Amino acid sequence: MLNQFITDPMVLRAAQAAGAAILALMVAYLARRADINMQREAIVSLVRGISQIVIVGLLLTIVLGRARWLSAFVLLAMTLAGAAIAARRTKQIPGILQVTMRSIVLGAGLVIGIMVGLEVIDRSPATLIPVGSMIIANAMNTTALALDRFRAEVEAHTGQIEAGLALGAASTVVVAPYLKAAVQAGMIPSVNNLRSLGIVWIPGVMAGMVLAGTDPIEAAIYQFVVVAMLFATAGTTALLCTLFVRSHAFSAAEQLTLRMKA
Amino acid sequence: MTDNSRTGGGIHAGSASYAGRATVIETRKLSRTVQGKLLVDDISLEVKQGEIVAVVGPSGAGKSSFLRLINRLDEPTGGTVYLDGLDYRQLAPRELRRRVGMVMQSAYLFPGTVAENLCFGPRQHGEDLPVQEIDRLLEQTGLEGFAQREVLHLSGGEAQRVSLARTLANKPEVLLLDEPTSALDERAEREIEALLMRVLRDHHLTALMVTHDTAQAERIADRAILIEAGRLILNGSVQEVLNAEPVHH
Ligand SMILES: Nc1ncnc2c1ncn2[C@@H]1O[C@H](COP(=O)(O)OP(=O)(O)OP(=O)(O)O)[C@@H](O)[C@H]1O
Ligand SMILES: [Mg+2]
Repeated sequence: MLNQFITDPMVLRAAQAAGAAILALMVAYLARRADINMQREAIVSLVRGISQIVIVGLLLTIVLGRARWLSAFVLLAMTLAGAAIAARRTKQIPGILQVTMRSIVLGAGLVIGIMVGLEVIDRSPATLIPVGSMIIANAMNTTALALDRFRAEVEAHTGQIEAGLALGAASTVVVAPYLKAAVQAGMIPSVNNLRSLGIVWIPGVMAGMVLAGTDPIEAAIYQFVVVAMLFATAGTTALLCTLFVRSHAFSAAEQLTLRMKA
Repeated sequence: MTDNSRTGGGIHAGSASYAGRATVIETRKLSRTVQGKLLVDDISLEVKQGEIVAVVGPSGAGKSSFLRLINRLDEPTGGTVYLDGLDYRQLAPRELRRRVGMVMQSAYLFPGTVAENLCFGPRQHGEDLPVQEIDRLLEQTGLEGFAQREVLHLSGGEAQRVSLARTLANKPEVLLLDEPTSALDERAEREIEALLMRVLRDHHLTALMVTHDTAQAERIADRAILIEAGRLILNGSVQEVLNAEPVHH
């Protein structure tokens, strides 16, 4: 409908963005009538979202086709931002930033490194940046989910944990069931994505490639590659961050030193 | 297991009768500060072999904090504890905690059966608890036939018995009891208390027991200490300490 009135492609995109934003605001308005106040947050998030993504678009036009070290730099910046965001979601755990930082740098870095080394991911910034960013975002979400679950489990089971320690158990033993729960919680979205791939979900990469005119079979296979990489990222990051948070939560003398902030 | 010739001494023996015994636990200038707040302030205390010391004081005085330092569940920020004359920092924390058992206000049992809970401690030190030993512990704590019961379905009193049996399975030398009966109704409280007295005597255990219940302190303890605002205010006979302490009940 919009394209009947608007011919300039940039104006058309802007109009489309406005349409999507209006829909989102309508949902926020409806939620308010159900006494769920998210209007303010919705507006802030929408404005933030569009500014961030447009700025990234601008950056990409600058970076694409230029020196490769630039894309490494962009990915590193994304990793640090991801660590900060994941840390903010588990801010009850003091000093959690160093845990999210190490997990995301190592988890995402490992997968990106291996995939680039095997040339599964092309080194050109046009591929490396978007695919790398998906891997980093997935590492971030996995870390945030796993750590939040870890926090909740430790909070709910402090008594059992300390009872175990008081019986002479190692911290690794007393916390094992909660680490397992945390790893599983962190991986749920990635497992679901792998399961629902193609059935209820045609993900962005494939959609984009098909829209851009790539052969759908080729697009599908590459999409599988991406989802499998995301799954590997989730597994690696979930394991890493639970190992890191475990040593963060206990002292060398097998004491639960983690005290949550309100 | 009950050896009457050994329990003949009576548990109401005053502290004087322990004068010749070896010191099992000694805290020396033990302190713990958290975020600038002194939870435990310079407490020095000796506890003799087989002695039962009641720890009393107002809520928030630092009684639990003090006990948690003795098995090193928390780290002292000053001073240390000697166990049988040895600075406990020279012991592996896990071995220390096997020897210095703790029973808390809540049972905090692990999901599973009663028997699995009893086996937990010994397994941490590479030991399998023999079936006879499980039965003996259950009998001793009044839990005959409970071995295969799920802990989920136990009453508060039963759970606390399991908690005690689980700690005893480690064959500790010292017991730290942090209000072990305060979460129970009066009947269960008296039952557990009687059980505790029997167990402490039978195993010749040295014990520190936090209690809000002055009558309970009188029934169980050989000696009492009063802690206020993290400091050891008074150390003497149960009567002496209870007379000095404002009544909390
Ligand atoms: N980790 C901690 N960080 C900061 N303050 C703490 C911590 N643990 C305990 N406290 C505070 O230290 C003080 C002593 O607490 P503690 O639990 O030792 O008292 P208590 O004598 O056992 O009290 P109650 O009889 O109510 O059990 C309290 O004011 C408590 O809020
Ligand atoms: Mg207490």
